[in-house]
Amino acid sequence: MITGFITFFTIFAVVGAILYGRRLVKTEKSDAVFGNPERAKGGIHWVVVGSSFLLLSWLYYSWDIAKSFYPKSANELCQVAKVNESLLSLKYLFPIVERQHKSTAIIKRENTNIENKIILIKNDSNLKSQDKEIFIDILSSTKLMIPSLTDERYLEDETQNIINQLTARLNKLTENFPKDTYPKLNEEEKYEINEGLKKQLGWGATGMEVPPIPESTRGLKFHAAAAELNSISDEFFEMRNHNPEYLRKSELIFSEIKEYMDGLDDGLELDYIKDIKKLVRRIEYASIFPPKTLDELERAIRSFDKVQKKEQGNLKTIDIFLFPAGTIVASGPQCSEAGPGRWLPKPSDTFRIFGEMLKPSVGYKMIPMLWYEMMGVNRIVGFILPDWIADIMPGKYPVHNQSGTVDPNFKSKILDIVTGEFEAFKIPVPTGHIWDSFLRVFLGLMLGIILGVPLGLFMGLNRFAKGFFDPLVELYRPVPPLAWAPLVITVFGIDNVGKVFLLFMVSFSIMIISARAGASGTQLSKIHAAHSLGASRWQIIREVIFPNSLPEILTGIRVAVGMCWGTLVAAEFLAGTTGIGFVENVARKYMQYEVIWITIFVMGMLGLIFDLTIRKIIDKTIPWRGKG
Amino acid sequence: MSDLISQKVNMIFKSTKGETVHALKDITFTLKKGELLTVLGPSGCGKTTLLNIAAGFLRPTSGTITLGNNEIDGPGVERGMVFQQGALFEWLTVNENVNFGLRMKKEDPAKTAKKVEEWLDIVGLKGFGNTPTYQLSGGMQQRVALARCLINDPDLILMDEPLGALDALTREKMQSLVLKIWKETGKTIILITHSVEEALLLGERVYVMAPRPGRIHKEYKLPFASLGLKGDLREIKNNKEFVSKREEILTMIWNMEEEIMGKEI
Ligand SMILES: Nc1ncnc2c1ncn2[C@@H]1O[C@H](COP(=O)(O)OP(=O)(O)O)[C@@H](O)[C@H]1O
Ligand SMILES: [Mg+2]
Repeated sequence: MITGFITFFTIFAVVGAILYGRRLVKTEKSDAVFGNPERAKGGIHWVVVGSSFLLLSWLYYSWDIAKSFYPKSANELCQVAKVNESLLSLKYLFPIVERQHKSTAIIKRENTNIENKIILIKNDSNLKSQDKEIFIDILSSTKLMIPSLTDERYLEDETQNIINQLTARLNKLTENFPKDTYPKLNEEEKYEINEGLKKQLGWGATGMEVPPIPESTRGLKFHAAAAELNSISDEFFEMRNHNPEYLRKSELIFSEIKEYMDGLDDGLELDYIKDIKKLVRRIEYASIFPPKTLDELERAIRSFDKVQKKEQGNLKTIDIFLFPAGTIVASGPQCSEAGPGRWLPKPSDTFRIFGEMLKPSVGYKMIPMLWYEMMGVNRIVGFILPDWIADIMPGKYPVHNQSGTVDPNFKSKILDIVTGEFEAFKIPVPTGHIWDSFLRVFLGLMLGIILGVPLGLFMGLNRFAKGFFDPLVELYRPVPPLAWAPLVITVFGIDNVGKVFLLFMVSFSIMIISARAGASGTQLSKIHAAHSLGASRWQIIREVIFPNSLPEILTGIRVAVGMCWGTLVAAEFLAGTTGIGFVENVARKYMQYEVIWITIFVMGMLGLIFDLTIRKIIDKTIPWRGKG
Repeated sequence: MSDLISQKVNMIFKSTKGETVHALKDITFTLKKGELLTVLGPSGCGKTTLLNIAAGFLRPTSGTITLGNNEIDGPGVERGMVFQQGALFEWLTVNENVNFGLRMKKEDPAKTAKKVEEWLDIVGLKGFGNTPTYQLSGGMQQRVALARCLINDPDLILMDEPLGALDALTREKMQSLVLKIWKETGKTIILITHSVEEALLLGERVYVMAPRPGRIHKEYKLPFASLGLKGDLREIKNNKEFVSKREEILTMIWNMEEEIMGKEI
């Protein structure tokens, strides 16, 4: 419903924006020549066209338009697919999808195989001529076995009868198929379908991939026909054209082979004879018939195929136009999407699943995406204050007394505070996958800034610092952060500490480099001025060099945020139990394409928010940038 | 007495390639307290080097330079500096820039605020206190630089082509301002310029320097600065004596430049 509305709306938007754009061209000032940037200004309507186009493509290629306008089409196409699937092996017998009759193709292939084998044997210098003779003899008789299959004189009446029977059944089906009364189901079959329909969910990721049980009368027709065709096909392939003449010849060959193999040890000869035996067996199981025997059956299949295609009606058009680059395929009683419909989630499903995931009670893997929990202030205090504060307090920890109790003293009370063992009110604290990812990036970044900026400034100003730290930084910096991940995870664990440290490594080097560039890029005249105005060294660093490096530092932060974000998601992919990267990794394992796309979207949005925030900060803190 | 005395100052730069540049040779002069000296000369004759030595940013290769009784061996508040391009701190407002020196000395902010206001009034920037400096025009920026230097009450003011980057009209106004400040404060000033006219207008004494090695080529003692204090600067420019002095110095510098060109060819 909504999808349909959106589809129409976007089409209107595209048409409207294009018309608007054309009108704009007509009324445009002509004083801006080509190449003048003026001409590229404005163009919101093209943004509308671009985004609408993107949305339309998504709707179209995920088959969401088909789902919205023809919600039953997947189910019906599933039934058609069942028919096609059961027809397939029969069709392969004839030049319908292939170029040749299957019998022709097999005979051609096996004849070449036999000839090639004979040449191989003749040329093999490791074989004794005596063995060669036996092999070639068997192969020659195998070749002579084929005519007994293809000669109409040997065809048994029984075989001919079965073929006639199956052809008749097919013709009957073709005749009945278009009738309104088809199929005639008995009570049991009806009951079974009805029970199945009760349990059947809708099409799409929030239901089933493709609901397989027929929901419409047209679908039921195809469903029943598929069952009948399956039975015809099974019966046909059970049948073998093994007439007495053939059996006589093949028994002779097999006994010859058996005789030769008896008492044969492992070796070249055994390999050869096993190969030859396989070849004979292949001919035994192949459906080889005399040239004209299956003509009636072929005609029956062709006419049924024509009828079923006609009965598909508009379904054919829907399949072609609304299921681009793929279709519904059946395998046994199940159906699935083959094509972009499979890996490109339908927007309608995606938004519904996203909505579900955003519910704090649902989330993903028992953890909400972004929510809050009530946390005692004591736990936060205990987390922040290090425990050794209690250790350095004067006095000793209390010892239990004779009455078997412990009297707290000052030192033990301090310990209770720094470990968070006291009663306190609760405050809401954010939790969830998104928050966890955000917090990791934030902490890693903050650590990198707090340590990297002073060190970078120092390195920009001091020969010792530059020389001393340069090798260290320059050696670890070019290594991709993920290459460090295994080591870092081993040392610091897969939990937050490891990830934050990894991000710290990323941001640290970037901050050092940008702060250093900022410091060494300070204009000499500014430093001279500060000296003449009586600033001390420390004052020059704090009042001149640091603010002067701010543009570089903030640009560095912007770069670092991007790098950290990318590294974090990959790190979460490697290990961990929370975070956006973790969500995607789990979704990948269970092939939840909707969730994968949702995580991609969330990452993009978060990255964008990070960048916009920093851009805002840059504009606020260094308005003089580029104007100095 | 806080005179500036330079004795046989030599400055030899050694480039990393091993070439040496004799930027200053045997610079000897005495500048009495309250004098205004302008230094003139073709580009590359060592004017900035001389100023940097006086400011204490450079140590001379040989010779001594003293202010009062103290040898100059580093930058100090008693020697204020004004650069060609303000060298203002663009992250600070006008007030904060002017206040910078006092803040570094950790003076009482209540007192300094008043001082800053006074100085902004003197240089003609009343009401611009809270403007960020990057929003000011070039002339206004130089006014801020002047105020920032003067508020520290230095004994010696060093100006390296302070008006070089200004347009003609602004320049004229600033020249009056410099003269006014010189008269009102009685400071010793060294002003470097590449404009002959400016050197003559402002300088009580004028040094014309020659390059390779940088040295004082000729010295003038001129009355125009004191005239300029009373009258209109534009009138002085048409004064006969002024015109002939200007032509004389221009020819001198022109010859120097030709000599250099000749040498190079
Ligand atoms: N740090 C330095 N290293 C080497 N040579 C220098 C340095 N500073 C100035 N010089 C040279 O000294 C000479 C005088 O320079 P400068 O004082 O800047 O001239 P001016 O200010 O008169 O144009 C020039 O030839 C210049 O190339
Ligand atoms: Mg210079």
